[in-house]
Amino acid sequence: MKSCLIVDDSKVIRMVAKKILQEMRFETEEAEDGKGALELCQAHLPTAVLLDWNMPVMSGIEFLRALRAMPGGDKPVVVFCTTENDIEHIQEAIEAGANEYIMKPFDSEILQAKFAQVGLIDE
Amino acid sequence: MKPDDFDYVSRLLRERSGLVLTRDKAYLLESRLMPLARKRGLKGLDDLMMALKKRDAALETLVVEAMTTNESFFFRDNKPFDQFKSIVLPNLIKARAARKSFRIWSAACSSGQEPYSLAMLLREESARLNGWKIDIVGTDISREILDKARSGTYSQFEVQRGMPMALLVKYFKKKDENWVIDPAIKSMVQYKELNLLGDLRGLGQFDVVFCRNVLIYFDQPTKSKVLNAISQIMADDAVLYLGGAETVLGVSDKFKPVPGQRGIYALARGDGASSLGAPPG
Ligand SMILES: C[S@@+](CC[C@H](N)C(=O)[O-])C[C@H]1O[C@@H](n2cnc3c(N)ncnc32)[C@H](O)[C@@H]1O
Repeated sequence: MKSCLIVDDSKVIRMVAKKILQEMRFETEEAEDGKGALELCQAHLPTAVLLDWNMPVMSGIEFLRALRAMPGGDKPVVVFCTTENDIEHIQEAIEAGANEYIMKPFDSEILQAKFAQVGLIDE
Repeated sequence: MKPDDFDYVSRLLRERSGLVLTRDKAYLLESRLMPLARKRGLKGLDDLMMALKKRDAALETLVVEAMTTNESFFFRDNKPFDQFKSIVLPNLIKARAARKSFRIWSAACSSGQEPYSLAMLLREESARLNGWKIDIVGTDISREILDKARSGTYSQFEVQRGMPMALLVKYFKKKDENWVIDPAIKSMVQYKELNLLGDLRGLGQFDVVFCRNVLIYFDQPTKSKVLNAISQIMADDAVLYLGGAETVLGVSDKFKPVPGQRGIYALARGDGASSLGAPPG
């Protein structure tokens, strides 16, 4: 089964994302900041990561850079999901190795379209 | 709405745009016409019907526009665009090598996502298309939606549906809450107001036709009439793309499916092997 790690400091967002992802038949795990996410990734790598940008302790972009530097850390498909919606942030995310980018607010349609685009699900 | 009035509007729609509206869609008609009535300073649907029955052409156009479904998104369904890039484009580059030009038509282009997706795709492949002249023509019956297409301005929601982020940062600029397409991409597409039920011949001949998610609104005779007319302005080896819920089978004998390529059709009069849709073999 494919797995997706949901990283967001908002419990509400994690719940919404979890519901959508489970409907898409992903096994989900959750972390409330980059540090927690990194620890989970050190234990085992998920297929995908849905990643917020601004979080306490460790931000999404810091997590992404650390993940990509890990052995095997190039494998997980990382999709940002953030309120940051300017070109500079998207550019920075691409450079850090993000596969796709969702600008909040999002819904299941956008999430599914993005996951289909990066080949995580069939259409 | 009175049954007579419903019949009147549904006949008007069928004649003017091909749209088939069954009785169970009466609620849709009411909900789309109410705002129109208000915009015109009319009290309600009865007043609107009275004005309409005086055969006010401008009002008829507005009614047709109000009833069209304009939903569209960038790289809709992905696969047709992948297929265009990996099969049709290489075939075009070979088959049109002598004149170095080809023409693409997005029939029923709505707010422009389809022709702009093709324009971006071709821009990404520009290394292979040096010195080529490529026409992309987008047509639609709705003037209002064409204005939006020409503006090249999309909401955050619209640019997220289907557009890879790499293309978003490359070809769009943010303006307030919206995203505006690069003038260089915009200039690759020419827009024209056109009713698919009318005379298509003024458009010239095409090598690739996208006619997606519009035939579904028509009845069978209208579908076949439109498909036959489209076939007449296609080059012998040209290809036609239909939407996911559309087919030529049982509708028009002018086309045949390209084997193994869902949603893509070649002309029956052409020879299958040399169709632009045939996998290079
Ligand atoms: C659902 S959109 C399809 C947009 C795009 N091709 C796609 O697949 O995403 C349908 C469009 O068909 C247009 N349309 C409806 N009847 C038409 C007609 N008779 N001639 C030309 N366009 C028509 C509508 O105005 C609308 O913009």
